[in-house]
Amino acid sequence: MNMMNRTTEVAGQSVGGYAGRQKIYPKLAHGNFRKLKWAVMVATLGVYYLLPWLRWDRGPNLPNQAFLLDFANQRLFFGPIEIWAQELYYITGILILSALGLFLVTALAGRVWCGYACPQTVWTDLMIAVERIWQGDRNARIRLDNARWSFNKIWRKAGTHATWLLIGLATGGALVFYFRDAPTLAHELLTGDAPTVAYVFLGVFTVSTYLLGGIAREQVCIYMCPWPRIQGAMFDADSLLVSYRDWRGEPRGPHKKGQSWEGRGDCVDCTACVTVCPMGIDIRDGAQLECIQCALCIDACDEIMDRVGRPRGLIAYDTFKNLEAPTHDKRVPIRLIRPRTLVYTALIALVSGVMVFAWSNRGDMDVNILHDRNPMFVQLSDGSLRNGYVIKIMNKEHDTRRLHLELSGLDGAHLQIVGLSGERPTIEVVPDNLRALKVFVTVPAALRAKLSGSATPFRFAVVDPAEGETLYHDATFRGPANE
Amino acid sequence: MTEKHVDSVTGVETTGHVWDGDLRELNKPLPRWWLYVLYATIIWSIGYWVVYPAWPVVNGDYTKGMFDYSQRGEVSKEVAAAKAAQSKYFELIAATPVGEITKNEELLPFVMAGGAAVFGDRCGPCHGKGGGGAVGYPNLNDDDWLWGGTPEAIQQTITHGIRSGDPEARDMAMPRFGLDGILKPAEIADTAQYVLSLSGHSTDAAAAERGKKTFADNCVACHGEEGKGNQDMGAPNLTDGIWLYGGKLADIEKTIETGRGGVMPYWTGRLDPVTIKMLAAYVHSLGGGQ
Repeated sequence: MNMMNRTTEVAGQSVGGYAGRQKIYPKLAHGNFRKLKWAVMVATLGVYYLLPWLRWDRGPNLPNQAFLLDFANQRLFFGPIEIWAQELYYITGILILSALGLFLVTALAGRVWCGYACPQTVWTDLMIAVERIWQGDRNARIRLDNARWSFNKIWRKAGTHATWLLIGLATGGALVFYFRDAPTLAHELLTGDAPTVAYVFLGVFTVSTYLLGGIAREQVCIYMCPWPRIQGAMFDADSLLVSYRDWRGEPRGPHKKGQSWEGRGDCVDCTACVTVCPMGIDIRDGAQLECIQCALCIDACDEIMDRVGRPRGLIAYDTFKNLEAPTHDKRVPIRLIRPRTLVYTALIALVSGVMVFAWSNRGDMDVNILHDRNPMFVQLSDGSLRNGYVIKIMNKEHDTRRLHLELSGLDGAHLQIVGLSGERPTIEVVPDNLRALKVFVTVPAALRAKLSGSATPFRFAVVDPAEGETLYHDATFRGPANE
Repeated sequence: MTEKHVDSVTGVETTGHVWDGDLRELNKPLPRWWLYVLYATIIWSIGYWVVYPAWPVVNGDYTKGMFDYSQRGEVSKEVAAAKAAQSKYFELIAATPVGEITKNEELLPFVMAGGAAVFGDRCGPCHGKGGGGAVGYPNLNDDDWLWGGTPEAIQQTITHGIRSGDPEARDMAMPRFGLDGILKPAEIADTAQYVLSLSGHSTDAAAAERGKKTFADNCVACHGEEGKGNQDMGAPNLTDGIWLYGGKLADIEKTIETGRGGVMPYWTGRLDPVTIKMLAAYVHSLGGGQ
């Protein structure tokens, strides 16, 4: 048997090596969780699309966009906060806080992020809503897909895809506005004058929004995203998860009006929970990787329970402890405070504290002092000793600063700045800029005896007479070791 | 070949393969679109062959790709762009007197960075990366200069070198008083004591006194009556605390006996005049420039 035949044979099996996609037609749910999801969608998309247009006055020389990632000038602007390239650790801190926040929420209530706030979920939800407007709800969409191609089918499908593409375009458009002044860029985009990279990202995000939100949908969560795999390790028996209470629902079966509920479960096997599910799963099979815990099945089931006159909550947020309790007469109390959540909360408090401390101690002037390494010191012909330093002064203010450099603690030493003359030269540092100065400090021969060995500590003082501010920086004066 | 088999625990069909008699694998098929994405990437990869250089062909040649791209070409472009960006500074350096360069605020950072780079490449092997020098190789950070520490003198030294064979090189050398039999060993010892006394370090006052006469007869022509040296001849100042070949008695005796004449290469023809000018301004700015 040759390879060709083998391959054909394996592929010909009913299981095959690859699975075709089962198209999902989520039905519109009605209820509190659906309302909550609409609200979250309006809030998150509203923020995403409109934030770049928010203005913030920072004076004449700086961008007036409230939220701007100005990579060209290596600045990030978040309202009153301005982060320079070398301060990117604040962003690291925010990312760490986001991750810890995600861990905490997951420990408390499972995949809240996936179910409500993840961009994939929000945009997929929006795309499904669009689909519903053009093609109707679940049953209408199934009928339309099964129908032959007709004018009716063509315009409904075309309208759906065109709207998806427009949403993609708006998404890509909003993205690029975060990186350049929004009104300017909007004008440039329309006149064709925008930078190439803006069009590239506009295109990339248009296509990816259309593909991921419109076409791929649940496939992204199931096959592409690593988060579902990680989250399994973050639940515990006390986490509130969207669950089917099988102890109440089983044995399931159809129920006619007027029939007794004795000896049977509350589940009437109407599959309302399955038809609303955007992931196409049956929550009654228990916790599973595909479930993003959007809680729409809770809405669907509650509606049915109301109709058949049974109590709500056959599907609900519940803990493994409650689900697996030997008796269900009394609920096991929910433990929000437990070691796992305490550790996450403590870490969040710690990182927040560090960040607040770092931010409140952030000066608008940075001074760095580098001692020359080669040579460490220079002996001059009159016996005096000289050390060289590079002093970098960074002015984070938006006005030019006029500074003086002084010595503190090295009495009798002489200070000279290369390129600047005069007894006490003024050092001008222009706004938003860094100035590097080469500085020589000389200790006269007569005072060498006062130096403490090969390394004498002293301080540079950077004085701002206009603001009455003095910054001290530690430095070391080096000399021969054998003195 | 294989029969349909369902795992009894999970209820999931297995792939049908069996290892070690009972080991089976659940069939969790990959979505078919994933396979299509793989095919798409393979097709996409062919694009690289078309766009970029890819395949070797005969005679050591290769397929050039649509845009004739090469990394070497990219580097050349970047170097050319950097050179173009530097040219305005070099023009400014060429037009500025060497003594004024470091006073120009626009030029100062360029000269400090560019000078340090050239210095590290060309001068560092002898003078040290920071110009700290060593025995026989002058420290360029201090204020003691053999041939002059003005920007112009430094530029002259770098251009033509010292005892370098260049026609305009600085070319005086200290005679070999001992080896050539000009002075006897005792006279050399006395002279060394006298030289030490110039900076107050003599250990034998009587010997120094005897050496004074020898010094006056043999050394003052270059080093001057007070031993303060002469930069026109490259004669060092013997009264200060800086010794190129060592300031101990034995070092000085050795210097008088064998003479000294270190060599510095000329850089004209190897560095362009503007770079030499920048280098002179940089060395002058190291701290000892006059």
